[in-house]
Amino acid sequence: MATPDKHTTPAGYEPYYVPDQSKFPFIASIGLSLMVFGLGNALNDIKANQGATVSAWMAFVGFFILGCVLFNWFATQIRENHQGLPSAQLKRSYVLGMYWFIFSEVMFFCAFFGALYYVRNFSVQWLAGVGEKGIAHLLWQDFQGTWPVIHNPDPKIFVDPEQSMAWRGFSEAASYLPLWNTMLLLSSSVTVHIAHTALKNNNRKQLTLWLGLTVLLGLTFLVLQAKEYSEAYHELGLTLNSGIYGSTFFLLTGFHGFHVTLGAFMLSVMWFRVLKGHFKPEDHFGFEAASWYWHFVDVVWVGLFCFVYLL
Amino acid sequence: MATGHDDHHHGPAKGFTRWLYTTNHKDIGSMYLWFSFAMFLLGGSFALVIRAELFQPGLQFVDPNFFNQMTTMHGLVMVFGAVMPAFVGLANWMVPLMIGAPDMALPRMNNWSFWILPFAFAMMSSTLFMDGGGPNFGWTFYAPLSTTFAPKSVTFFIFAVHMMGASSIMGSINIIATIQNLRAPGMTYMKMPLFVWTWLITAYLLIAVMPVLAGVVTMMLFDIHFGTSFFSAAGGGDPVLFQHVFWFFGHPEVYIMILPAFGVVSEIIPTFSRKRLFGYDSMVYATSSIAFLSFIVWAHHMFTTGMPLAGELFFMYSTMLIAVPTGVKVFNWITTMFKGSISFETPMLFSIAFVVLFTMGGFTGLMLAIAPADFQYQDTYFVVAHFHYVLVPGAVFSIMAAAYYWLPKWTGNMYDESLGKLHFWLSFVGINVLFFPQHFLGLAGMPRRVPDYALQFANFNMISSIGAFLFGFSQLLFLFIVIKTVKGGKKATTQVWEGAEGLEWTVPSPAPYHTFSTPPPIK
Repeated sequence: MATPDKHTTPAGYEPYYVPDQSKFPFIASIGLSLMVFGLGNALNDIKANQGATVSAWMAFVGFFILGCVLFNWFATQIRENHQGLPSAQLKRSYVLGMYWFIFSEVMFFCAFFGALYYVRNFSVQWLAGVGEKGIAHLLWQDFQGTWPVIHNPDPKIFVDPEQSMAWRGFSEAASYLPLWNTMLLLSSSVTVHIAHTALKNNNRKQLTLWLGLTVLLGLTFLVLQAKEYSEAYHELGLTLNSGIYGSTFFLLTGFHGFHVTLGAFMLSVMWFRVLKGHFKPEDHFGFEAASWYWHFVDVVWVGLFCFVYLL
Repeated sequence: MATGHDDHHHGPAKGFTRWLYTTNHKDIGSMYLWFSFAMFLLGGSFALVIRAELFQPGLQFVDPNFFNQMTTMHGLVMVFGAVMPAFVGLANWMVPLMIGAPDMALPRMNNWSFWILPFAFAMMSSTLFMDGGGPNFGWTFYAPLSTTFAPKSVTFFIFAVHMMGASSIMGSINIIATIQNLRAPGMTYMKMPLFVWTWLITAYLLIAVMPVLAGVVTMMLFDIHFGTSFFSAAGGGDPVLFQHVFWFFGHPEVYIMILPAFGVVSEIIPTFSRKRLFGYDSMVYATSSIAFLSFIVWAHHMFTTGMPLAGELFFMYSTMLIAVPTGVKVFNWITTMFKGSISFETPMLFSIAFVVLFTMGGFTGLMLAIAPADFQYQDTYFVVAHFHYVLVPGAVFSIMAAAYYWLPKWTGNMYDESLGKLHFWLSFVGINVLFFPQHFLGLAGMPRRVPDYALQFANFNMISSIGAFLFGFSQLLFLFIVIKTVKGGKKATTQVWEGAEGLEWTVPSPAPYHTFSTPPPIK
């Protein structure tokens, strides 16, 4: 490892730490490729009704390699920080990196929200004979363009669900899982903020408590979402194969759930780091980045709750 | 000069693991550039298969399905493998040198962005040898061709696109963080070299639209493997939805491939005109306007696919609006040359050709932007001629100009000027023989992506194919010149070009392994 030069010209310039060679990126690329290649093979095997054991193992090994590399990569990063290698300027680079990463995630969700907007306002309307391209109605003349789409244009290919996940009115609000989930996530945004304030005030006990609570709220959200999915599949007949409503519903909420999983994982890592005595009141970007991510996931949920469930 | 105590970091590591494990922006830049050139030859050989087949009417060499795989892979490899990595390579090399930074902001992630690419392209190219063949649905992979009717290798295509997207996003985050955070004290945004400016905006575009591409291929994946109906009207979805999401990515992508080219040319033309760039501020604002407009013009690729009239009009006018900032740029370049004491070294030749030929591509773009006229041009060779004029003598020529311009700084040696000029003229003639006749073919009605054609198109196709082989094989000369320059040649000075300005010309040639460990003073 290169020893940072403490020459400071011009006056006060802290050298920017440029790490020496690292094996992480190359090995991570191998892991990533094995993972997706295995996954691709497994999907194709399953579609062709063949056993996917070998492919699944390949994907798993790739995932394992990638996971190990990332674990060590972050560990190195933390160690370097404890050694005081990063200057204030380098720390700003991490902040910018996280900021732009979250922006890219926002755009990822924009693609799915955009798709939802388009099908609701254009394609379903046109298929039902409404609007300028309503001639599409000639394809399936029984199709009614109501949203949520319960009766698909061609139910032989895309099986009609019995019921959608849409808001069922205040009388059933208490048993409406998405409402509970909204409250869970919103309060978890508050708890993570309290934890952050505690960290800034160097109140470690409060920090451990409120951060732990945030993780628990996140996990509860995931449990409820699993229950919701199970109800959708078993009681409402709403599946991925239920036509456009099921498609948009599961893709949007599913990718959100995946991000909640990731965010809860990040926060739990931060929780263990807190137990190990990491983070200082003035230097805790790892924690802050995870909390930003958590707020982002929360905001996406608010969008989902409005556009997928309520409206 | 701020290279006084750069020696505290040792030089490059020994052996080939230097390249596998490096964190150095110059190493990574070089790897990007070599990778991009390899992909340029690969994508080029796919193009030559296409042009060989089209040399005469009738089916000669390949069957139509393989022909479709060639058009698809040619587009994908050139866009994602050749042009984009070449510009990222240039950014890696030059942005830290131009802003006085010690390296890229996040050096290890930088290497990850690169190393994902060879694996992604190995996976994508391997589909050609798979059962059922590789992707054969065109580089735009419209559903349902790419979902219901796709070969099963499409799954690997999807994952390869995911990987390239991850690579691009990480690379852009790195570039944008470098530019925002690592500029030498005193280098304000409005003092940055234009290449840096254009890359700042390009990186922003990449971070904004690569996730949308990931989104659209994810929807494909779910349609193919999990029974969703995003792109199937039978379930209430819409194949046109695919096109909207794809082109929401695809149009900014077009500017991702041309904005850095604008930056390169804006560096080179002032140097060889021995004048400051005319209208620096307006260049910055024009680039930003183009980036903004790129988000609201996507459906001009879809005039014939079914859109309300209001949509047709909106996308037609917003598209034409792009001609304004682009015109500002072209006039600025010309005005920079006006009354300059111009010399015509190879980079300048490529840059002037860029200005002339890119403008032609821009004009045919304006023709295509007129919705009622586009109903005629859609899916003909006129479109092929249009986007090849902006991409080949546009993006590719600017990359070559950049390579000649900065090779002395990278290698410490001057390239062979007469060979460089020969390469330019062969490419210039080749490209025009190749693509100019395609305008006529398209206007006469020859559709794109066909392995065979009616007899009346025979002559122009033959001319076009001759140009293709001329242009293609001329690039081997480029390879030879680059290798020759790396091996030796007249020693380059620090300044290299008489009229060159900027921080990259204050470090020795070849640029030391580590530069600007302490930031240089900015005037």
